[in-house]
Amino acid sequence: MSKDYKEMWNNLGLNLKAHDGLLSVLTEAYKNIYLSQKNRPKGMGYFDFVVSEVHGLRIEELLEAKESGRKIIGTFCIFVPEELVLATDAVFIGLCSGADIGSDEAEKYIPKNTCALIKSFMGFKASGLCPYVESTDLIVGETTCDGKKKAFEIFNDITGKVYVIEVPNKQGETDINLWKAEIKKFAEKLENLTGKKITIEKLRAASKIVNNKRKALQRLSLLRANDPSPISGLDALLINQISFYDDPIRFTLKLNELCDELDDRVRVGIGATKKGAKRVLIGGSPMAIPNWKTHAIIEGSGAIVVGEEACVGERSYRTLVDLDNAEIEEAYDIITNRYISLDCACFTPNNDRMKNIKDMVRTLKADGFIHYALQFCTPYTMESYKAKNTIATISLPFLKIETDYSMEDMGQLKTRIEAFLEMIKESNSKNNSCCSCRRK
Amino acid sequence: MTTGGIDIGSRYIKYVILEDNKPLKFHKMKTGHDPLTSCNQLIGADKPDRLIATGYGRYLLEIHDNVKTITEIKAVARGAKDIFPTCRTIIDIGGQDTKVISLNQDGDVTSFEMNDRCAAGTGKFLEVMANALNYAIHEFGHQCHGKSDKIVINNMCTVFAESEVIGLITRGVKREEIAKALHVSIVNRVIGMLKRIDVTTDLVFTGGCAYNNCLKNMFKDRLQIEILVNENPDILAAYGAALLCSE
Repeated sequence: MSKDYKEMWNNLGLNLKAHDGLLSVLTEAYKNIYLSQKNRPKGMGYFDFVVSEVHGLRIEELLEAKESGRKIIGTFCIFVPEELVLATDAVFIGLCSGADIGSDEAEKYIPKNTCALIKSFMGFKASGLCPYVESTDLIVGETTCDGKKKAFEIFNDITGKVYVIEVPNKQGETDINLWKAEIKKFAEKLENLTGKKITIEKLRAASKIVNNKRKALQRLSLLRANDPSPISGLDALLINQISFYDDPIRFTLKLNELCDELDDRVRVGIGATKKGAKRVLIGGSPMAIPNWKTHAIIEGSGAIVVGEEACVGERSYRTLVDLDNAEIEEAYDIITNRYISLDCACFTPNNDRMKNIKDMVRTLKADGFIHYALQFCTPYTMESYKAKNTIATISLPFLKIETDYSMEDMGQLKTRIEAFLEMIKESNSKNNSCCSCRRK
Repeated sequence: MTTGGIDIGSRYIKYVILEDNKPLKFHKMKTGHDPLTSCNQLIGADKPDRLIATGYGRYLLEIHDNVKTITEIKAVARGAKDIFPTCRTIIDIGGQDTKVISLNQDGDVTSFEMNDRCAAGTGKFLEVMANALNYAIHEFGHQCHGKSDKIVINNMCTVFAESEVIGLITRGVKREEIAKALHVSIVNRVIGMLKRIDVTTDLVFTGGCAYNNCLKNMFKDRLQIEILVNENPDILAAYGAALLCSE
């Protein structure tokens, strides 16, 4: 980190000693997992810097924004419409939930058998380790699973600033009506909090910013379809994670610069691995920063992750919001439809996800699919059954893993992932003549 | 040409040397607290032209001696397929892992299931329980003559199951009955894993626990199929690794 932020952290009420410990663990992990990668694109320098300042410069920026009268809105989920937040000139921030931190503190409030993501955000707060939570004016929860739904009640008891939007369980007409009402209520909440009216001009301008970010992420995703992929899965995952908390305009600019460089790499055939490395598509529960565990194992075994079929990944940027010709009421309809059409496992049924998995396999030329679910994440652990059947229809090797943020299952995970890659090699060598047809 | 396969398991290191794919030598020693030294002793005494390491400790040799590694799943599949050409399904119960593996006609692994973290229902579990009942591990599989179906071990966790066993002992339950119940609990767990892959005959039982006749017979009764077991069921992964050296 470029300077001493102790005073800032102290003012935010962080537990300085534990926070120092967290940063040194993170720095070490980042060095081992990220900086040890060979032949990284130069443009990753910006993202390395953003990570190194995750609790420093970025927090300083947020506090400056607050100082100038802007509000900070913390979220945990891609159902929270970023357009609305930006339209009130507020700052949109994804909150910390990807590390095995403060589980013992979290377990004072929630059961032991809770998914790692929920435990992590409770743990971060309860141990005084998340400067983002402390900087926010409003924390937006949602009802995408029972664990989160109930945890947000407790989180509100602790922080006093949680607002929950209700995400329906289905995608029918009545659900759309409910969701639109929820979105409008949320817009009102934002207007009251910020004192700023959401006009159609502001919404259009906000949606342009968010769309440009999504388009840059789509561009990155498509670049990974090349063999060799010009960027590692670890780096691409990191960029996706950073997309939730960096300034969106600067992020988009830097990501497009990186993609220009990746275009050049593709042209001359430079990749993160050699051509022909086994290509893995991973899908399931979200991987919040700094959850890099599974990617690190896969890429440490010589394969490459070519896509994330997940919220931290394709689900967050697959579709845009076009408000160019819309007036305000229609704009709310467009936003309503865009978000309720997300293929999240919280919906029943969720058939679009199965179609999207197949599309991603084809577009990204994946050799195998790993279904990744956090333990106790019922929606995704359940949906792994359907994902397995979907993958079977295209005769692709499939592996299901259920894990958490701890390192205790590393040995078993490594063996399972390596055996899966051996399966891919065997199936590829047998299907050499027809592997192109499988991908069509 | 000589080829070697070394399987560094959690309890034992198995080392097989082949000459032109025919078995030449076989060694086995306890893994202990310093497996690298043990491996080097074994390999140092008999260095093959090519070597592949497998098993839980395979990275040790990869890091220190740049030895090629494969997973024990692929290795055991290759070894079992060579000895039993009709093999399509494998139950492998080692010191700390239980795996069930499904193969296609060519012997390629098509799916597998494996315990995800603890030693529940593995060789280590049997060792602890044999110890609690005062049996030697090699005789444990001959001591399951219990007649009762009423004694049930509910816990798969080694620690909890041990207290359950002690509870049964203090209630005066005969140790043969407890031994039987312990074996049943392992078999139940493996049958659960088998349901998640495609079970096709023939089925081969491998790993150190395949020495245990009682487990073998229980699998046979429950699945109603023949269970094939090699006379040295724990060396099949090392043997498979050695075979893969020349492929």
